[in-house]
Amino acid sequence: MPELSILAPAVLNGLTVGAVYALVALGLTLIYGVLHIINFAHGSLLMLALYAAFFLKVLLGVDPYLALPILATAFFFLGYALQYGVIGPASHGKEQNVLLVTLALAIIIDNLALYLWTSTTRTIDVPYGFAVVDLGIALIPVARVIAFLAALALAGLLSLFMTATDLGKAIRAVARERDGARLVGIRVEHVYAMSFGIGTACVAAAACLLLPTFYVTPQVGYAFVLVAFTTVVLGGMGSFLGALLGGLLLGVVEALSGLFLGESLGQIGIFAIFILVLLFRPTGLFGSRLA
Amino acid sequence: MIRTRTLSRRRVLAGTGAAVASLGFPAVLRAQAQVVKIGILHPVTGALSYSGTQARHGARIRIEEINAAGGIKSLAGAKIEPIYADCESKPDVTTAEVDKLADDGAALILGPYASGLALVSTQAAAKHNMANVVDVGVVDAIVERGLTNTFRFAPGLKKVTSTALENLVKINDAAGKPAKTVFIIHEDSAFGTGMAKLLNDELPKRGFTILGTEAHGTPTRDFTNIVLKVKAADPDLVIPANYYNEYVLFVRTLVQQRVQPKAVYSILGGGASSIKFVHEFNAEAQYVMDCNHWYDPRKPASKALTQKLAAQKIDLTYEVMLNYACMQLIEDALERAASADRQKIIAALAASTLSDHIMPYGPTKFVNGNNEGAQPVNTQIRGESIEVIFPKEFATAEAVFPIPHRA
Amino acid sequence: MRRAGETRALIAAGILLAGLPLLVSSERWLGFSFLALLYALLGQSWNVLGGFGGQYSFGHAAFFGTGGYATAVLQARWGLDPWSGAALGVIMGALAGAGIGAVSFRYGLRGSYFALVTLAFAEVFRVVANSVAFTGGGVGILIPLRTDATNFQFADRRAFYYVALAFLAIAVAAAEWLTRSRFGARLVALRENEAAAQALGIDVFRVKLGAITLSAALAALAGVLYAQYFLYLDPAIAYGPAMSIAALLSPIVGGLGTVLGPLWGAVALRALGEATTELSGDAPGLNLVLYGILLVVMLRFLPEGIAGLPRRLHQALSAERHHA
Repeated sequence: MPELSILAPAVLNGLTVGAVYALVALGLTLIYGVLHIINFAHGSLLMLALYAAFFLKVLLGVDPYLALPILATAFFFLGYALQYGVIGPASHGKEQNVLLVTLALAIIIDNLALYLWTSTTRTIDVPYGFAVVDLGIALIPVARVIAFLAALALAGLLSLFMTATDLGKAIRAVARERDGARLVGIRVEHVYAMSFGIGTACVAAAACLLLPTFYVTPQVGYAFVLVAFTTVVLGGMGSFLGALLGGLLLGVVEALSGLFLGESLGQIGIFAIFILVLLFRPTGLFGSRLA
Repeated sequence: MIRTRTLSRRRVLAGTGAAVASLGFPAVLRAQAQVVKIGILHPVTGALSYSGTQARHGARIRIEEINAAGGIKSLAGAKIEPIYADCESKPDVTTAEVDKLADDGAALILGPYASGLALVSTQAAAKHNMANVVDVGVVDAIVERGLTNTFRFAPGLKKVTSTALENLVKINDAAGKPAKTVFIIHEDSAFGTGMAKLLNDELPKRGFTILGTEAHGTPTRDFTNIVLKVKAADPDLVIPANYYNEYVLFVRTLVQQRVQPKAVYSILGGGASSIKFVHEFNAEAQYVMDCNHWYDPRKPASKALTQKLAAQKIDLTYEVMLNYACMQLIEDALERAASADRQKIIAALAASTLSDHIMPYGPTKFVNGNNEGAQPVNTQIRGESIEVIFPKEFATAEAVFPIPHRA
Repeated sequence: MRRAGETRALIAAGILLAGLPLLVSSERWLGFSFLALLYALLGQSWNVLGGFGGQYSFGHAAFFGTGGYATAVLQARWGLDPWSGAALGVIMGALAGAGIGAVSFRYGLRGSYFALVTLAFAEVFRVVANSVAFTGGGVGILIPLRTDATNFQFADRRAFYYVALAFLAIAVAAAEWLTRSRFGARLVALRENEAAAQALGIDVFRVKLGAITLSAALAALAGVLYAQYFLYLDPAIAYGPAMSIAALLSPIVGGLGTVLGPLWGAVALRALGEATTELSGDAPGLNLVLYGILLVVMLRFLPEGIAGLPRRLHQALSAERHHA
């Protein structure tokens, strides 16, 4: 049985880990909430963004936090292009084909990365890489604290965007009732692409916040994809607030089950929650509306 | 007829050659075997791609050297033609690739690095009566199935674990037994689980108390929980057995959480015998010990390999070393067999007593496919390099234990 | 007309497949053919639930792996003969399907929610298999090598091929039954419009449960076959996402809800894999990049899968005639 003295730091650390899950899930929840597609390529895009942040640091000396706005913008355009130019046309609107197209995209991106950059693990060296914040009961890495705060900020920003801007309203309209939205003149394909773009931009932001304490390999995306899906479901597909709280909750659940069951079996905690939420409250903590 | 008149001399010779061959003349007399094809099978894509790629480099480099030096002498200078195959870290692809290699005329196969894949490849190769020289594959089941075509050159889990424990006892005793308690961290697939079980059985017999054994998946996103448990248990010794990425994350987290065991003693540790780890995390890597596959650093061939790798910007890791050495083993077998016939190669490998290779082993001796002469060595990271500290005959430095300022 | 055409296609395919080993002698192509049949079987199992029933599962590995592990454990640890092991494996797989189905459908999970819950279940199975002793945990499980027909291990690949063909025939027969039976009609009805089906008096829960049980049994059969051929399983192979993805790839590419779709899909995908590997040489990963690109192209031009090819050709040709 784990001692109580490690419960507190484990939970606090779990919150920061959960913040990373939330960051990765923010983009996914938007894409799911609007396009109703399960984006198999999400992990691959995260990996791509991690490489981008890595190369920006190593080749141009740009710190990942500074690179964040640059990469978020670049990846917005990438996401837009992917949806408008590849996923949309290739899937003809059939749900099963969308799955396969995003799956195929994941295969392409993963193996292109492998071919171009090999499977050598890449890490960056930043001055704050090992710095910790001493909270007395726990030691939290500085980079994690930053990620935590950024997750709160980003979730808030996105929620605001959805309610306060015209585009946000258009996106919510399309998510709620696509054909009706089309009838009132909203360009649905454009909105879809914008949503995918924003979702991808979120993933890029997550990558910049993750890189200082993690690493990049062509397979790194897979470590986060399943958890990201769980977060989206837990929080409610389409809800940013849900993704945030869902992520934090999952981080804590993972920490606790890891403590009690061991890290390997402890992973079951995440899936148990996943299943329970799906069975008893499939719309998640905050429902399926865009918050 | 016009056709007969235009028959070229070459065609006539070729035709005669074919006729002679079909009379069943021995291979040596037949059109001199120009090449010996060898299947080089590794997981260069998928989860194990880093190790697979490293492994391929090792094989490639030695093959290039052999060919540059004139090929296989007993086969009139026949060059080795490698057929590179990717088993994609998957068993069904592994089997399919073995079949393809057999169809393409491979005389034998080298690979496939991973234990699970080796279980499948040796079986598939046996169908074609083809030798499978297993480069790594530590799980002992690989050499316990009675397949006569299997030749695992490197030591298996049992050997590595028992050597690691013996050397740990020696190092500990020599320092006045500062280490009494142990915490084991291992990855949760074949090699980690097997290792943990052996350690749990054997460590108490040697007077150590195990304070905890924690398994984790590959990949693992965060090690804080495990490190917190280590911190709470406060062991003298931490024993990690996992792959590179997790090893690095784990050590980083140890540092962040200010956990300072008296020593980190890895067994088949993912990062501890990787020069990449030493360069990228130099401060955290100091004094970390490992019991792993490693070459004999004193041999000229080893030094030459080190330089070649540095020049080609390839990391110096055990996968490269083992595959290089396996090619040396294969080369020797081919020379003695004087044939590219699969059965003869199996016989030649089975009879191998090779010592002239870069690994710090006794003379090769295959029993049921297990190389009895193989052994791991203990290494320690000092400064910018990885030194061998045990066994003494191969050592390049004295062990420093425990980590200074931590007794 | 359409029925007769399909039956002819079935018979033709059957004859072709039965005669294949007589034409193919190389181990490599026999192995390729065997794997194509195995993946066709797995794909057909998914097709029962996903194609005919419209319920997409992302966790078919849960059933595949249960079948494989059951027979492996029964043989390796309790010395049971493999043919009984196979039968028990199928039964256990079916039970897993019924269990997961009962829970998921009882709570009304549909569409993406259902897909995700099956994914979660497969992951749970994987984590558990990795942690318990009787599956061998992370080390995996080895079926002792003893080549003998009574031991369900054959020296000749052709034998494996015919067993696979027989198993596939069972699956195809099941699919064919779905196109002709009342149960199948109900299944398709609830796929098209669940609310309407319910209003018509169809017991949606029971039909879905039946479908998933059948689907799981067939997937478990594929798992048993896999275990007997490779003689080694570990949690990642048995319950990992690779098999779940393989299960849904061939029916979608081949033609959802058609009887022979998964077969075409499996053959096409494996052939695609071979071709891309040949074309791209030694560079790691390039073959898979090519594979992914061709997959996207295939989906772009064949949205109904390969089974829709005749119709699209017909449309394209008659359109030309009109233009001309």
